[in-house]
Amino acid sequence: MAGEIYKKPVMFAIISAAVILIGTIVTMFAPMMMSHMHPKLENLQPFTALQLAGRDIYQREGCNNCHTQTVRPLRTEVMRYGEYSKAGEYAYDFPFLWGSKRTGPDLARIGGKYPDAWHYRHFEDPRGFYPKSNMPSYEWLKDRMLDAEDIQRHMDALNFPYTSENLAELSEKTEMDAIVAYMQVIGTSISSKADKQKKRVDMEEMTNPLAKDPEAIALGKELFEENCSMCHGDNGEGDIGPSLIDDMFLYAKGDLADKHYFNIIYNGADEGTVMEGRAAKGGMPPYGEELQKDEIWSIVSFIRSLQGK
Amino acid sequence: MNTYHYDNQTVKSFIISSIFWGVVGIVVGLWISIQMWAPSWNVAPFFTFGRLRVVHTNSLAFGLGVGAIFGISYYILMRLTKRPLLFPRLARFHLYLFNAAIALAALSLFAGMNQSLEYAELEWPLDIGVVILWVIFAVNVFGTLVKRKEEQMYISLWYIIATVVAVAVLYIVNNLSVPAGLFKSYSMFAGVNSANVQWWYGHNAVGFVFTTPILAMFYYFLPKSTGLPIYSHRLSIVAFWSLVFAYLWTGAHHLVYTPLPDWIQTLAIVFTIFLIAPSWGSVINGFYTVAPEWEQMRTNYLTKFFILGITFYGLQTVQGPTQGLRVVSQLIHYTDWVPGHVHMGTLGWVTMTVTASMYYIIPKIYDTEIYSVKVANTHFYLVLVGQLIFSITMWITGIQQGALWKAVNPDGTLQYSFMEGLIKNYPFWQMRTAGGVIFTIGMLYFIYNIFMTIRKGSALEASTAKGV
Ligand code: HEC
Ligand code: HEC
Ligand code: HEM
Ligand code: HEM
Repeated sequence: MAGEIYKKPVMFAIISAAVILIGTIVTMFAPMMMSHMHPKLENLQPFTALQLAGRDIYQREGCNNCHTQTVRPLRTEVMRYGEYSKAGEYAYDFPFLWGSKRTGPDLARIGGKYPDAWHYRHFEDPRGFYPKSNMPSYEWLKDRMLDAEDIQRHMDALNFPYTSENLAELSEKTEMDAIVAYMQVIGTSISSKADKQKKRVDMEEMTNPLAKDPEAIALGKELFEENCSMCHGDNGEGDIGPSLIDDMFLYAKGDLADKHYFNIIYNGADEGTVMEGRAAKGGMPPYGEELQKDEIWSIVSFIRSLQGK
Repeated sequence: MNTYHYDNQTVKSFIISSIFWGVVGIVVGLWISIQMWAPSWNVAPFFTFGRLRVVHTNSLAFGLGVGAIFGISYYILMRLTKRPLLFPRLARFHLYLFNAAIALAALSLFAGMNQSLEYAELEWPLDIGVVILWVIFAVNVFGTLVKRKEEQMYISLWYIIATVVAVAVLYIVNNLSVPAGLFKSYSMFAGVNSANVQWWYGHNAVGFVFTTPILAMFYYFLPKSTGLPIYSHRLSIVAFWSLVFAYLWTGAHHLVYTPLPDWIQTLAIVFTIFLIAPSWGSVINGFYTVAPEWEQMRTNYLTKFFILGITFYGLQTVQGPTQGLRVVSQLIHYTDWVPGHVHMGTLGWVTMTVTASMYYIIPKIYDTEIYSVKVANTHFYLVLVGQLIFSITMWITGIQQGALWKAVNPDGTLQYSFMEGLIKNYPFWQMRTAGGVIFTIGMLYFIYNIFMTIRKGSALEASTAKGV
C-alpha cells in the first residue's frame, strides 16, 4: 500500500507538499499570527521621507552585505556596540536589514554615535579615517540629487505619514544627506537614554597618575592618532569635534581639570550631557569599553602636552 | 539504440547556459574576494562590493545552479520515465526565458535593484518571471511523469518532485511585496516577522536548490557511472521523507541570539541537529554503493567526483548542525567561518556533483567518450585544492575573528578595536583569492574538456549523418 505512492506522481507531490507544510506552518505561518512577532516600541516612529530615501540607498548599495543591524545579548557585544537589540525596534523595517556577515561593524546603535560631519567625511573617504578600512568610498552620493516624486511613491507604498513640506525639502538634498539621515536614526528608539548608555564612571577624586610621564605621552599620541584625530585634528586643534587646545571646554570659557577629561573620554557625551554646568551637544563617542584606564590617562597626558601644560 | 527521440538539444543548451552563468559568477566571485583586501577594486557605482556580492550569489545559485537543475532534471526525467518530455517546445521556450531572466537579473542587480532578502534579491517584475519559469518546469515535469512509460518512480524523481513543490511555496511567500514603482518594492513583512520568513526561505533555498536536486543527480548518476546499484532502497526512503520533513523547521538557526522569540530559535536548533540523520542517510548510501568496488576510485574518474562530492556533503551536514548550536553560533556567526561553510558546500558538493553529471551526460548525448580523462583528473585536483584552501583559510580566520571580538583585558575592557580585528583577516582573504584562482583554473579545464567533447561529438554526428 505505502509502496503505491512511488507509482503515483500527483499523489506523491501532494503528500510531499503536506510534509513540507507542517514545519512551515509551525515555525513560520503560526508565529506570523501571534502578536509577539509584531511588537513596537513606544518611541519608535515611521521613517521620515529623508530617512526612507537613505534606507532605500542602503538597500540599493547592499550595505547589509558587510554590516549587520542587530546587537546580540552577549557581554562583549553589548560593550562594543551598545544595548542589545529589541524586537520592538524594527516594526517599520520592511524588510528587516539585520544582515548575516560582519565585514564591517554592527550599525544597530550607530544613530547619534557620531556627528553628521563625521559620516559625510567617512562616506566620502573611509580610508581617510581608517587607512586599512575596506569599505568602498561613496563619494559619488554627494552628486546625486533626490527625486521627491519617487520618494513620495515609496512613502505611499508603506503608508508612512509625510507633509508636502517634507517632500519640498527633499529637492535640495542629495543622496548623501539621505544616507546620513538614515544612519542617525538607526537604533534611537529604545526608551531611555540610560538603556543606550554603556557603563559610566565618575572619577570624582582622581588626579592623573601619569601626568607628564614621557612614555605615557608617547603612548597617548599613538592612541590619539588612532582614535581621536579624525574629529579633533592631528594636534587637537579641532575639526569635527571642538579644539582641545583652546581655553574652552564644552563650549564655555575656562578649562577643566584632568578628571573631566577622563570622564568625557570614558563616557562620551550625548546631547543633554551636563558637566560642571556645561551642556554638551553630543557626538563624542565613549571609549570606556575599548581603552584601559591607563590608556585614557595617557591620552590626557598627551592632550596636556599639546596644550603646553 | 533509442527507438524514440530525447530532447538532447534542450538539455545540452541548458548545460551550456549553466556553465556560462557559472563563469560569470566565478569571475565576480574572484573580483569581490579581491575587493575585500584591496578596496580600490571597487568601481562606483555599478561594481562596488555591496552590489557585486549579490551578482555573485545570484548568478551562481540561479544561473549555474538552477540552470543545471533544469537541464539535468530534464535529462534524468526522460531517462527514468522512458519517454521524451511531454512538451518539448515548451522546454525550448523555457531555455530562452531562463537565459533572458538571468541576464536581466544580473543587469538589475548591477543597477542596485535589490529587495535585500538573501537569495531573493530580485525585484518584483523578475520575481514574476521566475515564477513563470518554475511553472513551465513543473508543467513539463508533472506532464512527463503522468505520461511515463516506467511504472515505478526511481529515487531521483522523488527529489525532483519535492524540489518543484517546495521551491514554488518558498519563493512565492518570501517575495510577497508591495510594489512602489517598476523597479522598487517593499516586503509585505516587517521586522522580526520578516526575518523569520526570510530565513525560513533562505535555509530552504539551500535545502531545495543546493541539496535535493543535487541529490537527485547523485542518486541517478552514481549508479549509472559506476554500474553499481544503490546500496539500500529502504534507507533512501527513510532519508528522503525525513529530510523533506525536517528541513522546513530549521530556518531560525540563522537567527540565533537575534530578537526573534527564543522558542522559534530553540525549535529550529533541535531540528537542525536531527538533520544530520537524513543527510547521512544519503552519504552512507553513497559510500556503501561503491564499497564493493572501491578500486573504482582509482580507475573510474567519475566515481571519484561523486564520492568526493558526497563526502563534502557529509562534512557540510555535520558542520551545519554544529553551527546551529548556541555556543558555536555565538563564536562563528557573522564571521568568515560562514563563507568557509558555504563554499565547502557550493564548491565541494554542488559544483563537484554538477560538473560530474555534465561529464556523464555530454558524451552520452553524442554516444561517444569524454575528450580526455586526464584533463578531467587535472580539473578534479585543481578544484579540490582550490576549495580546500578557500574553506580552511576562512575557518581559521573566522574563529580568530570571533575570538578577537570577544577578547577582554583583565580590567574588563575590550582587547581589540574593530579595525584591529579586521586587518587580521587580510592575509587570509588574500589566500582565499589564491584558492579561488586555483579553483577557477580547474573549472577552465572542465570547460575545455566539455567543449572538446562537444566538438568531437558534433564531428561524429556529421559523419554518421553523411553515412560514412
Ligand atoms: C566591503 C564591506 C563594506 C561595505 C559594502 C560597506 N561598509 Fe561600512 N564599513 C566597513 C568597514 C570594514 C568599516 C570599519 C572601518 C571604517 O569605519 O571605515 C565600516 C564602517 C562603517 C560605519 C562606521 C561604523 C562605526 O561604528 O564606526 C558606517 C556608519 C558605515 N560603515 C556605513 C556603511 C553604509 C551606509 C554602507 C553602504 C552605503 C556601507 N557602510 C558599506 C565595511 C563596509
Ligand atoms: C566622532 C568624532 C569624535 C571623536 C572620534 C572623538 N571626539 Fe572628542 N569630542 C567630539 C565632539 C563632537 C565633542 C563635543 C562634545 C559635545 O558637544 O557633546 C568632543 C569633546 C571632547 C572633549 C571635551 C573638550 C572640549 O573642549 O569640549 C574632549 C577632552 C575630547 N572630546 C577628547 C577626545 C579624545 C581623547 C578622543 C579619542 C579617544 C575623542 N575625543 C574622540 C567628537 C569626537
Ligand atoms: C572562484 C570561486 C569563488 C570565489 C573566489 C568566491 C568568493 C566569494 C566571496 C568573496 C564571497 C563573500 C564572502 C563575504 O562576504 O565575506 C562569497 C559569497 C558567496 N558565494 Fe562564492 N566564491 C566562489 C565560488 C562560488 C560558487 C561556485 C558558489 C555557488 C555555487 C558560490 C556561492 C556563494 C554564496 C551562496 C555566497 C554567500 C555566502 C553568505 O552569505 O554567507 N561561490 N563568495
Ligand atoms: C544538515 C545540513 C545543514 C545545516 C544544518 C546547515 C546549517 C547552517 C547554519 C546554522 C548556517 C548559519 C551560519 C551562521 O550564519 O551562523 C548555515 C549557513 C549556510 N549554509 Fe549550511 N547547513 C547545512 C548544509 C548546507 C549545504 C549542503 C549547503 C550547500 C551549499 C549549505 C549552504 C549554506 C549557505 C549558503 C549558508 C549561508 C547563508 C547566509 O548567511 O547567507 N549548507 N548553514
